[in-house]
Amino acid sequence: MTTTEPVEETTPAYGVSVEGLRVGLTARPGVDVVDDIDLLLSPGEVVGLVGESGSGKTTVGTAMLGYCRDGAIVENGKVLLGDRDILGLGTNEVRMVRGTEIAYMPQDPASALNPAIRIGRQIVELLELRGIGTAQERDERARAALVEVGLPDDDGFLRRYPHQLSGGQVQRVALAMAFLPRPNVLVLDEPTTGLDVTTQGMVLDSMNQLCRSHQVAALYVTHDLAVIANIADRVAVMYAGRIVEIGPREAIFTDPRHPYTRALLDAIPHLSQARALGGIPGNTPSPGSRPTGCRFRDRCAYAQDRCAEEPPRLIIGDAHVVRCVRAEELPPWDINVGRVPDADPERVREAVLKVDGLDVFYGRKQVVFDVGFEIARAECVALVGESGSGKTTISRCVGGLHKDWTGTIDFDGHPVGHGSRRRSAEDRKRIQYVFQNPYQSLNPRLTVEQIIRRPMELFGVAKGRAARDRVAELLDAVALRPAVARAKTHLLSGGERQRVAIARALAAEPDILVCDEITSALDVSVQGSIVALLEELRQSRGISMLFVTHNLALVRSIAARVQILNAGRIVESGLVARVLDSPQEDYTRTLLANSPRIDVVDR
Amino acid sequence: MSVMTAVSGVGGRVRRGLGQPRLAVGLAITLVVVLVAVVGPWVAPYGEQTIVGRPFTHEGSWLGTDYLGEDVWSRVLHGGRSILVIALLCTLVGMVVGVLIGIIAAYVGGWLDELIMRLNDVALAFPQILLALLVLASVDEPKWWMIVAIVGISHAPRVARLARGVAIGLVGRDFVASAEALGESRTRVLLAEILPNMTAPLLAEAGLRLTYSIGMVAGIGFLGFSTNPSAADWGQMINENRLALLVQPWAVLAPVIMIGIFAIGTNLMADGISRMAATRSDS
Repeated sequence: MTTTEPVEETTPAYGVSVEGLRVGLTARPGVDVVDDIDLLLSPGEVVGLVGESGSGKTTVGTAMLGYCRDGAIVENGKVLLGDRDILGLGTNEVRMVRGTEIAYMPQDPASALNPAIRIGRQIVELLELRGIGTAQERDERARAALVEVGLPDDDGFLRRYPHQLSGGQVQRVALAMAFLPRPNVLVLDEPTTGLDVTTQGMVLDSMNQLCRSHQVAALYVTHDLAVIANIADRVAVMYAGRIVEIGPREAIFTDPRHPYTRALLDAIPHLSQARALGGIPGNTPSPGSRPTGCRFRDRCAYAQDRCAEEPPRLIIGDAHVVRCVRAEELPPWDINVGRVPDADPERVREAVLKVDGLDVFYGRKQVVFDVGFEIARAECVALVGESGSGKTTISRCVGGLHKDWTGTIDFDGHPVGHGSRRRSAEDRKRIQYVFQNPYQSLNPRLTVEQIIRRPMELFGVAKGRAARDRVAELLDAVALRPAVARAKTHLLSGGERQRVAIARALAAEPDILVCDEITSALDVSVQGSIVALLEELRQSRGISMLFVTHNLALVRSIAARVQILNAGRIVESGLVARVLDSPQEDYTRTLLANSPRIDVVDR
Repeated sequence: MSVMTAVSGVGGRVRRGLGQPRLAVGLAITLVVVLVAVVGPWVAPYGEQTIVGRPFTHEGSWLGTDYLGEDVWSRVLHGGRSILVIALLCTLVGMVVGVLIGIIAAYVGGWLDELIMRLNDVALAFPQILLALLVLASVDEPKWWMIVAIVGISHAPRVARLARGVAIGLVGRDFVASAEALGESRTRVLLAEILPNMTAPLLAEAGLRLTYSIGMVAGIGFLGFSTNPSAADWGQMINENRLALLVQPWAVLAPVIMIGIFAIGTNLMADGISRMAATRSDS
């Protein structure tokens, strides 16, 4: 085990198998977080575990390391590593297994690195802890591990502190550390969430290569089906604590059988076609309030009376298992259902908002250079770019949240002021901003009604009874129950909060809605329903939108025009279909190539 | 469904607060001391300045007599009201002034924030009691409102530091940006958007400041800067009777114990509030 040749390692002979795993809550006996989980990971295989928030996917991931978060407890089942059951091992034995035989890569690897220790030291420490090799051998292995993940191995790099690395580099250091002890099994819990597509692509590639070359069995836990479509051999779909469908990647993406899998796939936007996105009605039930029988039946379009009974596991094809009584009778699934024509380019455009020669500064630093675009009435224009491209900065200038800019922003024929305090009430009312993170944009001390009423009172749209009626109207328009009005926002889910934020923006009766990555903190099915809502508002109320996002596929389904930004400059712009189908610039092509997509799985 | 079942509103918060043992115990102790101070004058066996026997003897009621031959127990019962009221007012003044300074500094930011906080640091460098003595020593006859003002103001820089720290975390939040974008007035952003989100840490701080206020007011009394030299005052009583600590300890210990119990009560309460806030932000 002391060789420095990374690829010549001994091949792990076994993967891991999870049998009948059930995790419950200590405080509520009889309530399960996850139940009846069977999962087999063979050496060299990447299995994707997909689910939305609350599905229990992370619980399964950590249970494989013999760990449960506080308040949760493994009630049943085995995690077999060879012939040993990890769940039956003592504390010290489990500690030895973790890291050496089963490694874990957390959601935010940056927080797993010690900020006060140089990264070279941290990698070497891993080996020291297990008493592997001599000092020189450890150093060599640390360098080899960095090379494997495509990082430099010179002394300068080893001496850096974690804060001196970019996000992608941190992720790769974490990956190198996970692979260093040559584990049999690797559990990755959404390690690329929050990374740009280009960086994500590189990290995923390194991971994939390492798993194959070292014959590591990997479980990739994520909410992002598109990522899974690019890296996994097999896919397991989780809903409400159960695996509802599991099968080879091709089967899941070309012939999904469970209605939930289909609904998820239908909610995903594609790069190659515009789609009428939709959500799944209702909310994901939390542990304790899940229906008996099939847990998806209360939200399922195909539900029947017999779904109230425990659903059988039907074996559909080669290793393709579905937990749905109707799996074999459902009509075939077609990826093209839901396709709509791209936004009409020939329409006469009447510009509402014109941005011209926009330069934006943060202190002395210029972050946006000479940006210009137009938005027409009832049109959605997308600003797309990676982090640091200046897309949000531009939207903040338009929304009056950033004042340090030069150039012109013309709204309805007149220039608007720098910053909201220099704008007329009329301008402030007619341009509304919706924030990225609905967990931050709503005052936790106020009720939903107070939040939505405020713009009406401020701009004199309505007051008293009329205002209360309009709150009810708006809640209805954003598909929330009337009872929500009296609630404070901490009782609402992320999707519900974002609907409240949209309702607040609508309360001012705006002409332009500036949407800053408003779906990036939400599950795909929730994103689908929010996009459907925006589309409906755009058509029925003639609202124009500036839609900021990093997701090119989403752009195709929502916007008519797109501006691709890189480092504060517009690289390419035009009609969405034109830019995505025949990109003219290398940067756009790279972005497109790195965007994970589900419409390219071999079929 | 979650909207219907969740415990919320004032009732829920009170129930949750009492579930936190520190808060419940602290509140109970504080209330008992307040009760003693409020009803004390009516249940006291003797008057505030009634001579009941010779000085420093076991005459009078169960705690004996003080340096003038007044009944110690009766004076303890009489002496709580003024100190509690003054301490409460000091706390109020300190909290209001300090919170205003703190949230304004956090909200405006930039060089003004820097200036305010550096001046604040200078004020912090003076020991609280010294600042109070400086002012009280320069007037002939200290009035009660002077004590309130000076103790309150000396609390302000300490409160301001905390308030700024809490507010800094809030001014960057998007709901504040959202109010700004709507064009809400700055006062409204401060008082209606930011301040309501600071209640838990501020309540905890208020409890702590109340503890300090009691100590300061008692200390000022002990040092002889009392508004009415012949009135019963827990701080002043310690001073008056300290000569006979070995002969008649109760004349000193009784007011000390009352101050101690009250300080423990308010402190436990403050601790309970901050723990409650911590558990809430976890969930």
